[in-house]
Amino acid sequence: MRNPQLNKHGELQHLLTLDGLPRDIITQILDNATPFTEMAEREVKKLPLLRGKSVFNLFFENSTRTRTTFEIAAKRLSADVINLNVSTSSTKKGETLLDTVDNLCAMQADMFVVRHESSGAPHLIAQHLQNTGRDHIHVVNAGDGRHAHPTQGLLDMYTIRHFKKDFHNLTVAIVGDVLHSRVARSQIAALTTLGVPEVRVIAPKTLIPTDVERMGVHYCATMQEGLKDVDVVMMLRLQNERMNGALLPSPQEFFKVWGLTADKLALARPDAIVMHPGPMNRGVEIDSAVADGNQAVILPQVTFGIAVRMAVMSMLGSH
Amino acid sequence: MNIHITNGRLIDPANRLDAQGDLFIADGKIVGVAHAPDGFTAARTIDASGLVVAPGLIDLAARLREPGFEYKATLESEMDAAMAGGITSLAIPPDTDPVLDEPGLVEMLCYRAKKLNRAHVYPVGALTIGLKGEQLSEMAELVEAGCVAFSQANVPILDTRVLSRAMLYASTFGFRVWLQPLDPYLSRGGVAHEGEVASRLGLPGIPASAEVVALFTYLRLARQTGARLHITRISCAESLDLIGRAREDGVDVTCDVAAHHLHLCDMDIGYFNPHCHVVPPLRSQRDRIALSKAVADGRINAICSDHTPVDDDAKQAPFSESEPGTTGLELLLPLTLKWAAEHRLPLLEALARITSDAAKIAGIAKGGHLSVGARADICIFDPDAHQLIDRSMLKSQGKNTPFLGLELPGKVRYTLVEGTLMYVSPP
Repeated sequence: MRNPQLNKHGELQHLLTLDGLPRDIITQILDNATPFTEMAEREVKKLPLLRGKSVFNLFFENSTRTRTTFEIAAKRLSADVINLNVSTSSTKKGETLLDTVDNLCAMQADMFVVRHESSGAPHLIAQHLQNTGRDHIHVVNAGDGRHAHPTQGLLDMYTIRHFKKDFHNLTVAIVGDVLHSRVARSQIAALTTLGVPEVRVIAPKTLIPTDVERMGVHYCATMQEGLKDVDVVMMLRLQNERMNGALLPSPQEFFKVWGLTADKLALARPDAIVMHPGPMNRGVEIDSAVADGNQAVILPQVTFGIAVRMAVMSMLGSH
Repeated sequence: MNIHITNGRLIDPANRLDAQGDLFIADGKIVGVAHAPDGFTAARTIDASGLVVAPGLIDLAARLREPGFEYKATLESEMDAAMAGGITSLAIPPDTDPVLDEPGLVEMLCYRAKKLNRAHVYPVGALTIGLKGEQLSEMAELVEAGCVAFSQANVPILDTRVLSRAMLYASTFGFRVWLQPLDPYLSRGGVAHEGEVASRLGLPGIPASAEVVALFTYLRLARQTGARLHITRISCAESLDLIGRAREDGVDVTCDVAAHHLHLCDMDIGYFNPHCHVVPPLRSQRDRIALSKAVADGRINAICSDHTPVDDDAKQAPFSESEPGTTGLELLLPLTLKWAAEHRLPLLEALARITSDAAKIAGIAKGGHLSVGARADICIFDPDAHQLIDRSMLKSQGKNTPFLGLELPGKVRYTLVEGTLMYVSPP
């Protein structure tokens, strides 16, 4: 089975997941993103790399932040951007996912940026494009179910590399709802691929996927154990609907045990950075003092996110 | 019409027969094995040189989708598939629409099937009305209408007292209760085996405990009620131990496995292949190997196709939104032969799992063997021929199978039902 993300020359055809993506390609994306971050500080923020191309933001699930950053990234590359909130249109009328895709292909789409509530939806679209011989159309996964959010994972790696320079001597902790998190899966895939020697996941066992060790991470139940001497703390968002029920008794208890406070952060290395994919639940997974503190790099993450997405889209658009 | 099948290798597991020999058919029945009865003249001779002559296969789970889901498949299309697959008897789960919970419906299904005059149909009636798990169905009446057993298909009964009473009521008559072990709460929302693969792909998992917990309940209630229990489609290695222990305790329990579970595991989901979305889910490699061995040594009594034709639209969706199921009538024999070859199991033993052993479970006396006087349901196949599984060769309306593009052993050449030649393979 060929890696569905690569074309027959081994180049990036779609960006669907970081799990199984070759290290060279991940590094190349990060390298390519660097000039785009510098460009963002210029007066004229546009490059003609995707001029004349149509990028369809195909969002089957609501999102403001991710969609906006993709839109900015595409526009800075001079692409035409069309935003579609499909959750409110065609699928309600019974149109299948692939029918929607076929219709948009007929409108000369060059790239789809897809967010979907079901794991694997972007793979399905990529496969369909391949089966129908439309190899010139690219798919970027902007988050599918619990599966993957590769551009988030990449911007997180960019952020870590920016502040820590090298991956080979780091200890990284991922804290929170790993079970339902596509962000965590992409982070774990990227960190292990880039050679981070120790990746820990910290959460109650109800929020940890089965056989998580097989993904190359260590499980820690408590922050005391898990945050000790780490270089990077990556917080995850806890969805409201999971705060009270059979997974967790209450947001208060969660905050008490797993919320990131200054006290707990003191267990990490003094120069540790704190990351969060946003949007944050202050007082649930992270204390405001930490979120706004000098170790937090949450806003640089957002800025780098645009550069990384420009890098991905320009690479896809170049072949 | 009198038919003489000549030069074939007769394999009849029920009679422990595996020998070169001829078969003689008259009036829809087998009238001679190896020796022609006095005065027999054949109107037609079938040359079975190099071919195996076996009893027509018996499939313990084939959804023909009628009534209710004719856009997925019809009796006509699926009967054609059964004939091409050498299957002459089909047990039909009750999860049609409406559910097979009324004698009139069952009679209608049997009548429609009989009119088509292809495979014999053995409906499995609903254990409770509408499969809702509340009110018992009219089991005695349903048996009179043609049902051979009672089941909940894939819909578990939530109320264990109702389940216990349904089993007790069935045991009054000695009716067999077929149950699919799946705890509704532990499996809720799940689409794949809970393990490394589902974790990586972000697919909601169905833990092995969902099967084992339900199975324990069923076995315990069977012991209490004396019900004859048949466990359908086991998928976990751990279930084998539980069933083994129940048998030691004297519980009358048989079980089957779906043919695809002998060859595939969760890793085959690959990049979200919706054809691998099945119920119960494809389990781990360890489970697959344990199931495969258990069929070989007879702890699992039968292999079935769990035939579930699904239309393309329902399959071409993201994995968890795709409709579960796989088409299987035309793959039952090839997958059984492939499994047997892996275990170097004699054909006589392998074919038992899809003929005589399955016949016992479904209570089919007239078929599943080649005795003189038996119904002349015959499957004649070439065990050495391989064929490529692709959409065009599948007669079933459902083209949904993870085996598309693979070459599998075994090619059915002739299928006879009650002495009538119903299928001849294209050359």
